[in-house]
Amino acid sequence: MLAFIVRRLVSAVLVMFSISVMVFLIFFATPGVNPAARIAGRGASPQVLAQVSAEFGLNEPLPVRYGLMMWHLFIQQDLTSYVNIGVRVIPQITGAAPVTLSLVLGAAVIWLLVGVLGGLVAAANRGKWIDPVIMFGGIAAVSIPVFWLGQVIGLLTQTKFHSAFRWLPGSGYVSFTTSPWQWMLHLLLPWLTLATLYAGVYARVLRAELVNAMNEDYVRTARAKGLSERRILMRHALRCSLISVVSLFGLDFGSLVGGAALLTEVVFGLPGIGLLTDTSLQNLDLPVIMASVMYGAFFIVLASAAVDMLYAVLDPRVRVAK
Amino acid sequence: MTARGSESPWRSSLRQLRRNRASMAALGLLMFMVVSSLLAPVYAHLIAHVDPFPANVQGTIMLMGKTVHVLQPSQTGFGVTPLGPTWRFSTYFLGADPQGRDVFARLLYGGRISLLISFSSAIICCVIAALLGMAGGYFGGVIDWIVSRVFDIVWAFPVYLLAICLSVILLTSGLNIGFIHIAPGSLLLPILIIASVYIPYVGRPVRGIVLTLREREFIQAAIGTGASDWRILRKEIWPNVAPTVMVFFPMMVAFNMLTESALSFLGVGVQPPNATWGTISNDGLQLLYTRPWVSLAPGICIVLTCAALNLLGDGARDAFDPKAKLRGGA
Repeated sequence: MLAFIVRRLVSAVLVMFSISVMVFLIFFATPGVNPAARIAGRGASPQVLAQVSAEFGLNEPLPVRYGLMMWHLFIQQDLTSYVNIGVRVIPQITGAAPVTLSLVLGAAVIWLLVGVLGGLVAAANRGKWIDPVIMFGGIAAVSIPVFWLGQVIGLLTQTKFHSAFRWLPGSGYVSFTTSPWQWMLHLLLPWLTLATLYAGVYARVLRAELVNAMNEDYVRTARAKGLSERRILMRHALRCSLISVVSLFGLDFGSLVGGAALLTEVVFGLPGIGLLTDTSLQNLDLPVIMASVMYGAFFIVLASAAVDMLYAVLDPRVRVAK
Repeated sequence: MTARGSESPWRSSLRQLRRNRASMAALGLLMFMVVSSLLAPVYAHLIAHVDPFPANVQGTIMLMGKTVHVLQPSQTGFGVTPLGPTWRFSTYFLGADPQGRDVFARLLYGGRISLLISFSSAIICCVIAALLGMAGGYFGGVIDWIVSRVFDIVWAFPVYLLAICLSVILLTSGLNIGFIHIAPGSLLLPILIIASVYIPYVGRPVRGIVLTLREREFIQAAIGTGASDWRILRKEIWPNVAPTVMVFFPMMVAFNMLTESALSFLGVGVQPPNATWGTISNDGLQLLYTRPWVSLAPGICIVLTCAALNLLGDGARDAFDPKAKLRGGA
């Protein structure tokens, strides 16, 4: 077991290293791109360009530049933005992380509830009218662009049915420590928007898994014992099918906290990692984009390592197989 | 019975797909979308008599015998408000966008680029993913190690973030590698970017299938008879991998369409003068509360097309590869 954990962590560190190299290469070694002009932002003076060149060692060979960049980013943590002059990058990211975490946590609760319930009801009612209705809802949910859904929800609650939604606050973010109630009210629409896609995915995945599981030998055994269909579905099939939902959840959660919730944050103006990336994108604020992308990728790598380890705890076969 | 017994698996799967009513309805909707976007110039030149690309700020149209300005002074006192939907098929059916252009005509032209990007990046993605996955799974060793690490690394990025990174860098300067030069505004850039971020989604399952195929008797037998690697890959492996790729294809097109619209929404997707459903929706954002249709209509097109693609994907899964996972995993 320990050997497995060590092996998994080593491979996670290797992947993170490669990611940092790749992000570095995208920004600093794309052919035909002048990285100094990139970092300094639009219309920078020659003095600033020279300063950037010196600071990031742009005249040095690539490996040295990579080392310098990582040194500034992780060890010294003094990487600063040239667009918002003097603003440190790392504090911006640590400041934005709680917002993203709030958004994803709430949405996760909603999509797990709706998705699992939807998949379960659809699988239990195969052949009745409710199954295709739920599944069609699932297809619709995975086909809606997130940013567009956010706009439509905003449009409906703020104009058409304004009077019915008067209790909803405008966009923005109130931290949990300031007022838990306001925190919830402000995040309600973003939660629903973000949860829609994943609720659809999970309902579809769970239904497919359940339908497969109901053809397995252990289900036949349970039937032969004379257990009721409901008990078989809930106690036997669901348990096995939830495994794939759990592993999916680990990866989705990781990628969302890592920045995949970007569109929801932009549409609702939530100052999380995604909005930070987007604003830095609009200003071409390269150090911030690079740092936030790297933060996101690291988070995903760690989340998938955590999922694998959890798997290994639950299922001994995995430890040997990998 | 004999005829059916000798039917190839492909044909029987296709027949099964053809019997699936939901999938056929989805295919019909998809064809409708494709055909109507292909007819965009016909509509623009013969029916609406508009050019949906240059700005038309001073434009006027005849509406119920009166001359109406395409951009009207705003009621709130400053700025201009574009014409709302006329609901007349022949002119400004869905109204005008902030630059006075016919939204409906733009929608048709936008559909061309949206569909072009999503389909061609899905094709590129599936081809590269199948090649890499097959090479990694079949040859093993160093090749597999490299392929798997590439998949791992690309997989570790949130798709949108990776696409955004690439777009930010490439959209301003274009791509110059050796003799390959791609201009900054070229449609090839979004196509290649979107294709590359989704490669692991298809490549990983393909590699997994090939890994198990490698141990099967018929492959061992082929190796034993001295068949070349190329022949085995082409004749033995590919026919077993193809159904999975088939199942992924419609889903990838839908993914690509959503990704393209998201990139365009963030301003790092397709650049003007090219327009897609994503950029049109983005253009209408500032008017969301006064002229919601500019933004709503392209979104509806995206939803309908993606839903049709997903339905088709479900049907393809039932017909070709019932055990395929709904979402690509390891």
